[in-house]
Amino acid sequence: MQSHTTHQLQGENLSCVRDDRELFTSLGFTVQTGQVLLLEGKNGSGKTSLLRIICGFREPDTGAVSWCGEEIPQSQYYSDMAYVGHLDGIKKELTVQENLRLSLALGRPGKLSIQQALEKVQLVGYEDTLIQALSAGQKRRLSLARLLITHNILWILDEPFTSLDKQGIVLVESLMAEHCANGGMMVMTSHHDVNLQGVDVQYIRLF
Amino acid sequence: MAMFDAFAAIVRRDLVLAMRRRSEIANPVLFFILVITLFPLGIGAQPKLLQAIAPGIIWVSALLATMLSLDSLFRSDFDDGSLEQILLSPHPTSILVLGKITAHWLTTGLPLLIVAPLLAVFLGMPNQSLSILLLTLFLGTPILSLIGAVGVALTVGLRRGGMILSLLVLPLYVPVLIFASNAVEMASTGLPVTAQINILISMLLMALVLAPWPTAAALKMSINS
Repeated sequence: MQSHTTHQLQGENLSCVRDDRELFTSLGFTVQTGQVLLLEGKNGSGKTSLLRIICGFREPDTGAVSWCGEEIPQSQYYSDMAYVGHLDGIKKELTVQENLRLSLALGRPGKLSIQQALEKVQLVGYEDTLIQALSAGQKRRLSLARLLITHNILWILDEPFTSLDKQGIVLVESLMAEHCANGGMMVMTSHHDVNLQGVDVQYIRLF
Repeated sequence: MAMFDAFAAIVRRDLVLAMRRRSEIANPVLFFILVITLFPLGIGAQPKLLQAIAPGIIWVSALLATMLSLDSLFRSDFDDGSLEQILLSPHPTSILVLGKITAHWLTTGLPLLIVAPLLAVFLGMPNQSLSILLLTLFLGTPILSLIGAVGVALTVGLRRGGMILSLLVLPLYVPVLIFASNAVEMASTGLPVTAQINILISMLLMALVLAPWPTAAALKMSINS
């Protein structure tokens, strides 16, 4: 396993201007193996923009993001990261299993099999259910199951707790803690208070 | 090989999706059939005229039918976030995009190829040009899908990109239309068509090599907005 090697995600002097409005300037951070970076701020403060910059979808107006010392976009980064955004990225006409199989083919196989991942997120029995028959919370859990079946170190999560019930939130928190304990790291935004025990959490507040 | 697996998985997924949204694949073929069957009605009892313009009619209809289907190529992936996941894949985006284009051709170009002989007979096309018609469709429709993909990738982020898409893509379709319909016309008079076929082959190979890259780059740009 990769747990003994340390990985590092670094942002330096990042700034983002959107429609002539400065969302943030000279922002810097360093996240290492086992750590969590939690972005806070009100709506429209640039949390999602920052996440999209970290994903490489958007270029920062100044500064750079680097993974293990090398500036993104680079191929190693994309095999080490996984992103769950506002959009689920799951096809409603396909079944749970078909969706996960595609995610698996797009990435590299990870620690858990599809069946094991479904057990973890408590979606066993829904393998052959079409996504359009699932509830919003179940869809969210499915998109998080994608993180478990592919190989990844860095999780980039945009509001992962949206539409999850209390039990679901506890479940996802435990998955997050487990991921960090096994040599993973995370960058996430959340409106909820995140309760991650024994995990080193850094906060960035955007205004 | 993992990259080929990813390519195959994309093709398979899009084919399954097409099967589950049947109306979407039926649309271009229906359009193709309808337009072609309307021509004899509009022109009236002039079999000679109809026969003379048949290659043009079939090719123009095929071109418009493909245009009609283009928007669906990346639309649903863009709307539900699958496109983000495709772009974040460690595999080369151009290969994955090529998978999507392949599936698009299998669900729109191939059905046109299958119904074309029937419609050719309907328009009174001579038998000797039938095989050339099929050959030009076989070589030409993938070019339409490949070139179209670049246009769709550029416009998928726009709310109403339909008009711009036509303006972008149609001029690039014109050479295919000219060489393909010309080949069919020449074949019906018994002239050799090797030159036109060779040009179509070279256009196909060029599009196959050159289209996936700008498509991938344009998708990255579209997802940014």
